[in-house]
Formats: sequence, C-alpha cells, structure tokens
Amino acid sequence: MKYLKFLAVGVFFGILLIKSEAVSWFRIFEMFRFESFHMFGIIGSAVALGAIGIAAIKKWKVKDLSGTPIQIPSKAPNYKSALIGGSIFGLGWALAGACPGPMYVLVGTGAVSMLLVIAAALAGTFVYGLLRDKLPH
Amino acid sequence: MSFLLDPWPWYVSGPLFALVMLSLIVFGKNFGMSSNLRTLCAVGGAGKWASFFRFDFKAQKWNLVVVLGAVLGGFIGSHFLQNQSSVGISPETIVALEGYGFENPGSQILPNELFSVAALSNPIAIALLLVGGFLVGFGTRYAGGCTSGHAISGLSNLQLPSLVAVIGFFVGGLLMTHLILPYILPLIF
Repeated sequence: MKYLKFLAVGVFFGILLIKSEAVSWFRIFEMFRFESFHMFGIIGSAVALGAIGIAAIKKWKVKDLSGTPIQIPSKAPNYKSALIGGSIFGLGWALAGACPGPMYVLVGTGAVSMLLVIAAALAGTFVYGLLRDKLPH
Repeated sequence: MSFLLDPWPWYVSGPLFALVMLSLIVFGKNFGMSSNLRTLCAVGGAGKWASFFRFDFKAQKWNLVVVLGAVLGGFIGSHFLQNQSSVGISPETIVALEGYGFENPGSQILPNELFSVAALSNPIAIALLLVGGFLVGFGTRYAGGCTSGHAISGLSNLQLPSLVAVIGFFVGGLLMTHLILPYILPLIF
C-alpha cells in the first residue's frame, strides 16, 4: 500500500505529459526551432513555482511524510559531464523527441515503437556504466 | 469538463509539473526519471559487468512504480481525457515539417513517418529511433539527470551543474534540429 501514492503520482505525471503535449515529438522539434513559447512556458513556470516551493521547504524546515526533515541533495559539481553528457542527451532528445519520462507515457498511448527507444536507452545507460571510469567528469 | 478534455496551456501544465516534483519531495523522494534506466539495467543483472550497476536497486522500487503509473497515465490521458488527437504546433513548424515531406504534421501525438507500426518496416526510421534512444540513455546518465532531474528539480534547487546540463541539452538539441536533422530526416522518405 505504501507504493500507492507513487502510483498515483505516476498516473498524474503521465496524464499531465499528455495534456500538456510535452510527450509530442512535434513539440520538441518546435521548441528547438523557437517557434512557440509553449515548452519554454512549461519548463519556466515549473522551475519558478518549484523554486518557490523548495525555498519554502528549506525556510520552514518542512518534514517529509515519515517525519524526517527534508534534505534535498545537491548535484555533484561535475561540470564537464554535465555539459558533454547534457549535449549528448540533447542530440537524442531532438532526434527521438522523447526524454526518459515521456518514453514510458508514450508506450501507454499505444506507441509500440517506443519500446525500441526504451531498449536503446537501456543500452545507452549500460554502455555508460561500462565506460564510466574512462570518461571525463 | 471541456477544460479537462482540451489541451492544457503552459501556465496550467508548468505549475502542475512543479507539483509532481514537490509531491515526491514531500514523500521523501526526488523527481528524476532517467535514474530508472540505471535501475532497470541493475535489475537485469548489469552489475555483473560494471560496478556502476551494483547498488541497492530495491530502494528504487518506488521510482519504478512511478514509471508504471506513467504508462497507465499515458493510456488514461490519451484514451479518455482527450477530445482530439492533434497537437497545437505553430504554423511555421507545420510548414517546415511539410517541407521535409511529413504528411499532416501535428495531426497526432507522434509523426507516423517515424513511429507508426508501418514505419517499423523502414530501416532508416528504426535506426533513428535506436540512435536517439541510445543517446538519451547514455547522455542522461553521463550528465547525471534529464529534464526532470536537472531542468526541473536541479534548476528549482538553484544547482549550477544543472544549469550547465540544461545548456548542454540545448547545445545538443539545437545541433540536431538545425544541422543534423536536415540531412537525415529526408532519408526516411
């Protein structure tokens, strides 16, 4: 039962990705051509409200559901990997039109081809794991 | 009811994405979808090959449940909460895609030319999906996050590495859309 709330968040996230059209390959293509404000508005307003929420959590030392004070881990200061890895992801995002949330949501819409994208993404993650020690971070 | 069935504008959707992130934080977790790819590799036994996959993946079960929910949400959203299947992309984008040879761009969530079952008989389309997926899987793990972990969670938490990563997302995305797709998209026709 303790997983039910995560299932609910996932269902809501999936519906939201559909209703916002952020799952659409077309929207990603349009975003990278700067032909609509839509995706920038989504990400921008999500970050604006998210930043207010996180600041509030820190200021009032909000506790999570289990009563533990919320600690949001900092991202590791790996700027090289952020830039190089980020750019590699960007190439794939613009090609496949799906990032690692939407690819599952699209399977739910019946897009069986997305299973190929997911299989390839698993392969990409696996190869990263193999090469990790040899890559600059 | 029509509000529920119409596409949601950015100023409704964006804040709701923040709500998804904040809910997971209040549940004692974090919002990061690409971690699931690492978890799934670990579940599949990748730990035999690389230490990167030797971690307590059972502690990540909650995130796989989010994935399961996302698949269900995709089904519910596309089958019961839509009054049309088209995507409201701009007229300029439609013209650009028609220029490549796409038919009725934006009339469905995904372009048939790349993602339909019929396109699975087109080796170039398959290759593009596989290369795209591979770059997403490799790049997100190398960068340490994707749109959810870096762009939404990281920027909301004012993380400088996340800003660098998001700049990277756009470097790669702009390169692909403006310099590479013009050469490879025509190959699928």
